[in-house]
Order: sequence, then structure tokens, then C-alpha cells
Amino acid sequence: MNGLAIVWDNRGVLLAGFANTLTLSFVAAVVSLLLGTLLAMALMARAKPVRLVATLYVDAMRCVPFLLLAYLIYYGLPSFGIRMSNWTSGLIALIVYNIAYMAELLRAAWSNLSKESIEAGHAFGFHGLKLVRRIILPPVFFAAVPMIGNQTIQIVKDSAFLTIIAVAELTQAAMAIQTTYFVPFASFVAAIALYWITCMAIETGVAFVGRAARTRQ
Amino acid sequence: MIPPMDAAEAPVVLAAHGISKSFGANTVLTDMELTVRKGETVCLLGPSGSGKSTFLRCLNWLEEPDAGSVLLKGQRIGVRASGNIVMSDGELAAIRTRIGMVFQHFALWPHLTVLQNVMEAPIHVQRRDKAEVRREAEALLERVGIADKAGQYPARLSGGQKQRVGIARALAMKPDLLLFDEPTSALDPELVGEVLAVMKDLAREGMTMVVVTHEMAFARDVASRVVFLDRGRIVESGSPEEFFTRPKTDRAKQFLLRYSAQ
Ligand SMILES: Nc1ncnc2c1ncn2[C@@H]1O[C@H](COP(=O)(O)OP(=O)(O)OP(=O)(O)O)[C@@H](O)[C@H]1O
Ligand SMILES: [Mg+2]
Repeated sequence: MNGLAIVWDNRGVLLAGFANTLTLSFVAAVVSLLLGTLLAMALMARAKPVRLVATLYVDAMRCVPFLLLAYLIYYGLPSFGIRMSNWTSGLIALIVYNIAYMAELLRAAWSNLSKESIEAGHAFGFHGLKLVRRIILPPVFFAAVPMIGNQTIQIVKDSAFLTIIAVAELTQAAMAIQTTYFVPFASFVAAIALYWITCMAIETGVAFVGRAARTRQ
Repeated sequence: MIPPMDAAEAPVVLAAHGISKSFGANTVLTDMELTVRKGETVCLLGPSGSGKSTFLRCLNWLEEPDAGSVLLKGQRIGVRASGNIVMSDGELAAIRTRIGMVFQHFALWPHLTVLQNVMEAPIHVQRRDKAEVRREAEALLERVGIADKAGQYPARLSGGQKQRVGIARALAMKPDLLLFDEPTSALDPELVGEVLAVMKDLAREGMTMVVVTHEMAFARDVASRVVFLDRGRIVESGSPEEFFTRPKTDRAKQFLLRYSAQ
């Protein structure tokens, strides 16, 4: 029997893994963007201690290999009495890691924002959280759309590492089919095709949102 | 409404006393005085780097002066009436809503349409009724001749159109005073006229304005008073006729010579 036919017969396994990859990536992207926004606010805060702590977190995450972080959360946390399923551990690893990247790319967009339009916010009586929410963050998000897209693709690819803590995502599913039927080429190519489709979908979304974003910055 | 020729009796809107400001070792403003009465258009003139922008920004506390005080209709800006306590961000923001500002590079909010730019602060800072603000905003856009662009984003506008939106945005706050920092110097020459025309109308209608400008013809024709500064000090202050035909100081003469040579 040819390899692709075997993979087709086991498409249920593959698609279940794919669904897990999509769910993990989607939730991780949304949550890390939201929390990353808060962290970006801390990176840009007036109070120096706040800035310092935030910078420390971002730098720490940027220097840790994702694989090690996933190990740490899955195998390390139970020694502190924190026990989570593979799936939850994987999701938390993705979020904790990517908050730093989302915050950093938002900070970069924030720093490039026209100083004058922020100053106009002050001059017109905006201050504090309302200034950030209504005047600063919207153009920051619009400017950051392509980078947020890239980071989301990165999250999808990072989720493949979660196979090492036995999360039943796409790479894990491909591996399972491969080891049962000895069809490495067909099962991995099928997985790659699904990653590729996901990547294209994100790119298309970014291009679509990007067009609207360009007239608003 | 035509302001009376003799505005000396009109109530004082803005009074700045003894404003000094340094950036590090660089002293930019020294003991600046300015009183603006209701309905006046005061033009601030001076060579590049003389401190015009810095002074204007001190008037609404975007820049905090090292010394001196600014009073808007008798109320101190930046410092609480009781004692010498520095205002909170919220108190400062509240008083700033009474001073409109028009920026050299427009400083429109890029993520909002023209109409939303004009409505943003009245709704979200002044918390006024949305329907009423919308009606007023549309009328203001009509007044500055840009009603047909209400739904556009700033990126789609010409410089002259952007600046007219900037003026409508400032007017929407119903401010006691309007500050302009070189509102036409970022514009292509053929677009300067449309913005100056709007400002001229405002002056005629009795709006109180402080205008930093390099447009000498505008200062001569529209200003109720001209203030000339050089190296952070007021060198001359008087009526435009006086300043442009009989400047008293050498520095003013040199300054004017450079413009008439063009
Ligand atoms: N934030 C700042 N930090 C340091 N120096 C400053 C700052 N803002 C202004 N200056 C300095 O203050 C001086 C006056 O600047 P200002 O912008 O007020 O001049 P200006 O009269 O508006 O000039 P122009 O006609 O070129 O706009 C300049 O020497 C400038 O370099
Ligand atoms: Mg200036």
C-alpha cells in the first residue's frame, strides 16, 4: 500500500492533531497579544522600576530556548505542586513565551509613533489609561499588523515543539502515523502541507487587514 | 462679530508672567511676559530657534517652565490655586481642554476619520452628548470647507486639508483660547492661502488666538498685536503697523529686512 493512502486512511488522527495545533495557536496568539499589550504598556511606563521589571521579563524570554521552557513548565512545575495536563502546559508555555515577543514588537511600533499626535492627545485633555487606549494603542496595532502576523506564524511553528511533552498536536499525529505504519515521508509531507496551508491563511488575513491598516496610519 | 478696535477693555484670557525655561545649559526663555485679551490675535514672530515653540508649549504646560506662571481666565495652570502643589495629570488635562492647539505637522490621529478626529475629545474628554457633538463637528467641517472629506482618513488628505481639520478639531472643544504653532510652514506654498483664510475668519469673528508664524503678511493684516522675540526674550511688542513700519530695535529691523528681501 502506498504511503499517502495510509496517511489518508488515518486522516482522522492527522486532522485531530491539526485541530489541536489550530486551537493552541489561536488561543496562544490571542492571549499573548492581549497580555503582550499590557506588558508593552509596562515597557513604556513612566515609572522606571516598572520598565525595568518588564524589560527583564522580555530579555529572559528572548534568551530561553522554547523547548527548555516547555520542559520546565511540564516537568519542573510539578515539583512546586503545580500539576497540569500536557495540553495546558503546552498552551501556557506558548503564551508565556510569546507575550514577550508580542510586547517587544508592540513597543517598537509604539516608539515609532509620531510624537506630535501623542502630544496632541495631551493638549486635548487625554491622559493616563484613556490616552493609551484611545490615542496610542490603535495606531500601534495598525502599524504592527505585519509583525503580529509573523509572530502568529512563529507560534504555529513553535507549537510543533510541544510534541516533546506529548501534546497531541499535528507533528505528534504525523509522528504517530509514521511509527505505526513506517511511512515517514508521506506522513511528514502531509503535516508540512497542513502547516503551509495555515501559514498561507495567516498571510492572507494579514494582507487583508494590512490594507485597511495602511490608510489608518 | 467684529472685535472693538480698542481691545484694552476686554477681559484678560491668558496671562503669562516671568516664564523662564532652560534645557540643560541652554537657556531658551528668559522672563517672558504675555497678556492676551478676549478677541485678540497675538502673533509671535522671531528667528528660528528663538524659543517661539517652547514658549507656546509653556502656555498649556506641554512644556513645564522652570519659573513663572500662566493664568487662564485667572486660574493657574500647572499649580493648584491653594498653595504651591503641582497639579495632577487629571487636573492639568481638564484645564488643557480649554486651550485649543493647532500643530505645525497637523498631529491628526491617523486611526480616526476626519469627523472622528473632530469628535474624539469633545466626546471622550469633555463627555458631551454624542449627537450634539456630531452636529457641531459637521458644522465646523463645513465652516473650514472640508465637509466632503468627513469620512476620509487623514492619510488621504492634502496638507492644507489636514490643517483645516486640525483647526476644526481645536474649535470643537469650544476653547477660550487657540494656540497655533507655525500652522502653515509644513505646507506647499499653494496650500498656505486656504489655511490662512480660515484663520483670518476666526480672527474676524473674535476668536482669541496666539499664533507663531513666519507669514509676515498675515501678521501685518490680521494681528491685533505683534510680539517679537529673539534668543528667548521679548524684544518688541506692539501694533503691527508700528512693528512693520517703525521697528524700534536693530534686531527687529534685521529680522524684517530678511523677509522683505525675499
Ligand atoms: N525638548 C528640547 N530639548 C532640548 N532643547 C530643546 C528642546 N526643545 C527646544 N529646544 C531648544 O530650544 C531652542 C528654542 O527652540 P524652539 O523650538 O522653541 O524655537 P522656535 O523659535 O520655535 O524655532 P523655529 O522657528 O525653528 O520653530 C532651540 O535651541 C532648541 O534646540
Ligand atoms: Mg518652532
